[in-house]
Amino acid sequence: MSGMKQKVYVIDGARTPFLKAKGKPGPFSGGDLAVACSRPLVARQKFAPTAFDEVIVGAAMPSADEANIGRVVALRVGCGDKVPAWTVMRNCASGMQALDSACANILAGRSHLVLAGGTDAMSHAPLLFGPAMVNWLADWYAAKSFGQRAATAAKFRLAYLAPVIAILKGLTDPIVKLSMGQTAEIVAKRFGIDRQMMDAFAAESHQRALAGRAAGHFTEIEPIIDAKGNVYKDDDGVRTDSTPERLAKLKPVFDRTYGNVTAGNSSQVTDGAAMLVLASEEAVDKLGVKPLGAIIDSQWSALDPAEMGLGPVHAITPMLLRHGMGLNDLDTLEINEAFAGQALGCLAAWESEAYCKEKLGLDGALGKMDRSKFNVDGGAIAIGHPIGASGARVVLHALKTLERTGGKRAAASLCIGGGQGGAMLLERA
Amino acid sequence: MSQYQHWRLDIDADNLAWLTFDRAGTSTNTFSSEVLRELSAIAKDLKAKNPKGVVILSAKDNGFAAGADIDEFTTFKSADEAYAFTQLGNEVFDEIEALPFPTVALIHGFAMGGGTELPLACRYRIADEGEKTRMALPEVMIGIVPGWGGAKRMPRLIGATQALDLMLTGRGVNAKTAKRMGLVDVVTPRRHFMNAARQLLKNPPPPHQPAFKHAISNWPVIRGFVAAMSRKQVAKKAREEHYPAPYAIIDLWLNFGGDPRNVPAAHKYSVQNLAQHPTTANLIRIFKLQDRMKGLGQSEAKIEHVHVVGAGVMGGDIAAWCALRGLRVTLQDLDHARIAPAIQRAAALYKKKLKEPHKIQAAMDRLIPDVRGDGVGQCDLVIEAIVENPEIKRKLYASIEPRLKPSAILATNTSSIPLQELATGLARPERLVGIHFFNPVAMMMLVEIVRGPQTSDEVMQISQGFVKRIDKLPLPVKSAPGFLVNRILTPYMGEAQLMLEEGTPPEVIDAAAKAFGMPMGPIELADTVGLDIGVAVGKELARPEWPQPKKIQQLVDAKKLGKKSGEGFYKWVDGKPQKNTVSMPADLQPLWMRMTLPAVNEAVACVREGIVADADLCDAGVIFGTGFAPQRGGPINHLKNFGKDKLLAELKLLETKHGARFKPDAGWTAI
Repeated sequence: MSGMKQKVYVIDGARTPFLKAKGKPGPFSGGDLAVACSRPLVARQKFAPTAFDEVIVGAAMPSADEANIGRVVALRVGCGDKVPAWTVMRNCASGMQALDSACANILAGRSHLVLAGGTDAMSHAPLLFGPAMVNWLADWYAAKSFGQRAATAAKFRLAYLAPVIAILKGLTDPIVKLSMGQTAEIVAKRFGIDRQMMDAFAAESHQRALAGRAAGHFTEIEPIIDAKGNVYKDDDGVRTDSTPERLAKLKPVFDRTYGNVTAGNSSQVTDGAAMLVLASEEAVDKLGVKPLGAIIDSQWSALDPAEMGLGPVHAITPMLLRHGMGLNDLDTLEINEAFAGQALGCLAAWESEAYCKEKLGLDGALGKMDRSKFNVDGGAIAIGHPIGASGARVVLHALKTLERTGGKRAAASLCIGGGQGGAMLLERA
Repeated sequence: MSQYQHWRLDIDADNLAWLTFDRAGTSTNTFSSEVLRELSAIAKDLKAKNPKGVVILSAKDNGFAAGADIDEFTTFKSADEAYAFTQLGNEVFDEIEALPFPTVALIHGFAMGGGTELPLACRYRIADEGEKTRMALPEVMIGIVPGWGGAKRMPRLIGATQALDLMLTGRGVNAKTAKRMGLVDVVTPRRHFMNAARQLLKNPPPPHQPAFKHAISNWPVIRGFVAAMSRKQVAKKAREEHYPAPYAIIDLWLNFGGDPRNVPAAHKYSVQNLAQHPTTANLIRIFKLQDRMKGLGQSEAKIEHVHVVGAGVMGGDIAAWCALRGLRVTLQDLDHARIAPAIQRAAALYKKKLKEPHKIQAAMDRLIPDVRGDGVGQCDLVIEAIVENPEIKRKLYASIEPRLKPSAILATNTSSIPLQELATGLARPERLVGIHFFNPVAMMMLVEIVRGPQTSDEVMQISQGFVKRIDKLPLPVKSAPGFLVNRILTPYMGEAQLMLEEGTPPEVIDAAAKAFGMPMGPIELADTVGLDIGVAVGKELARPEWPQPKKIQQLVDAKKLGKKSGEGFYKWVDGKPQKNTVSMPADLQPLWMRMTLPAVNEAVACVREGIVADADLCDAGVIFGTGFAPQRGGPINHLKNFGKDKLLAELKLLETKHGARFKPDAGWTAI
């Protein structure tokens, strides 16, 4: 892959608070969430919502009644009948794919103003009937006579009713038959990352998120009010009581008994959305606005699905090299924390001469990333990981961090179930 | 081929007759004598042609028909003319009913009064499932009875209980409800009207019969019970001496087969007598004034995005209403917690009004919480509804005005501060206007459009158009303390409270006001509005010659704010005032005279000062803004009907007794 020929501006962006799934469907659907953060975002632009050339939304698990959720969002936000909209799916990077697709169309000259981002209400993931039940139902509907019906009824087994939880299906790799958590176990093992390191990383993620909130670093969050008058202001998965000691008490959930990956050192199942306004240089000039920043390059890479967590290493590295940059030429780096073991694994891979030589074709290790510039305000372990939204969240937060700190360059990246990595190189306006 | 002016008759290859109602020279179908006579001729023509069936439909986009031609209706010089018009309609619709082949009416949009009565005379009815379909017999609202067979055929078709409900409330039903009630046979989108009619006429099923549970309401003995129950229901809402029509409808159905031709002319419920009742003329006048006010809302400019500042009860409800009516609304307050109750109330309103989840969602999507005030730069109209403090308001305007689009309007919902006081310091004072809503926003039809001396004509026009656009009635008023409605209401409320302080029980005062025709007595109203608000408005409009009521201030000091706090002048339990049984004076007129005359006097002053364009609009404003005795037609109309000299004499009497607050305004001579 070669890089982007020109930069694409990010005028502005907003996201919802990320709301932790609490065992039953949360208060908002994926569409509701994307609309909730897009409405104030659009309301503060210098142009009407009808001025967008298109709307692109990434969603990994849109609900059945929000088919082509991009179009649902566009219409609900008030873009009008005439703005086309579509939906993209690249698992955990769906939101980043939406931004990249917007970039592609802007660079091709097909669009000038695009509303793009991602959303997922993972708590709304459906329960499905298994194939046995589906087959039985088909027979039942086909049965015409009383006799046929009676015969079909007799074949019914209670076990058919056992639901298939769609979200677990989605989080299991269909090729290597490993759950995402198991791939994290594999990555951690490769680099000798133990349970203690994982828990310490997870605790720090919460602490950084809390500190960031206290310092007002999350200006991109738009509170939501529901129909009952409840206000959702902050990411509600961030915990004040997450210490390595408490985290140490949790049981492993993927490789049970002997594994190290627990619910506490994994990203949370969450509902949320993040949306950005992307624009061509021409549009920025015409509108006379000062953009938040720009996407100067992007990169997609692929690797062994069993080590999908190292995707960011494979995406960021060639992108940096293209621009003659090293890791610490970045003023801030956001890597989605799917798992503590996976995020730590990425940092370790760059420090590993063997890995960099063997897998990245480098002469030696890429380097040691300064932890103070990495996920400065915490990551998905504390904030949550609404799959479709996270890609847009990390890009937006990296840009917001540059704006706050006065830094120049940033990168944002995610690992992608199925063995891929996506990354974007960003700069402050 | 058609020799008719208002109807088109086509007979197709299948020998089906298509009769299209297309009244000449207007965009709305109504029934005039001429229209009815043509229909009668067509009925005879059809009988001779003997088609397989007849389909009656409307060529107008807005609906099937809006009922009797109200212009013709109001120019009758005698009660006999009114009766003749009733008789004509009955005979023609009887002819339609008697046609020896199947008839079907295709109903889209509104079908009011005669617009529902003609379909009732058909064998079948097909209604458009669209949201604009409304079938109604609203005659009761203008003081008359459904006189063209509605009171006869509707109880027969759907049972008396359901029919009386529709006739006594005058409410309209959509296609879905009409189908459920049995009023229509088929509900389908209008695009399928032709096919639906053809299929129905190809194999005509038996005509609709009411379900057993509805049919029994027409049975002997049970009929009497149904009538008694209905009378009891009506008595809760309307007194017979003020509003005879609902009582007449029940009697017409019970004793005269629903046919006004059976009612002897001398009977108190005859068409002749109802037509002559003063309430009827007053209600028809209000109906026309309502049309006149709607006409004030003609505007080319489009308001699509409204930004409301202040998410309190007024601001929040204004924002919710605008979004309900299809506008994009940003709602600003200091933080989300302050906006949240408004969103919650909006959700409840939308659930009640819109019912269907996708429509509720769309309305909720249009209502956008906006703590930073980002909507200011995009909106076409700002409505400010913050605290009633001129300094704070001016400060807000100073921060808003530079960010507005050049075409945007800045409006204030102030109920008391003169516009000129708020306009100082504005770069473009001509774009400041008052758009004054009444509480509760969802219920009150009237909106005062307050013109400051600096407000431009264009801004007035656009504001009036905006109010019409959100289905409210715009009333342009001059910027003077209290504008029109509060100014007239305040002395009435104040006088009632003075009477209370003199020892008259609140129950007696409220009863007297209701005897005058007020929908709610002034003491109960004060409690309902909130005593804190009453005190604030009273202070704002205070005049040296008006003694300030003391009790209300004491109650407010004791945190007894009325209905909302559970106690005010009354104790409130489950949203109802706890009234004692007190002995009522035999004659309540002296009491209501004393309460209402200050309002009438103030209305005279408003007309003299040109607060509104004329006396008619003054009446309309007071009726739609306060509910002031609609059957009396408003304060000025009451003055004329009751007798100006009589009222003036009463006023002078009160002046000698109670002092200068009853001094007749200089306008009495000219009115």
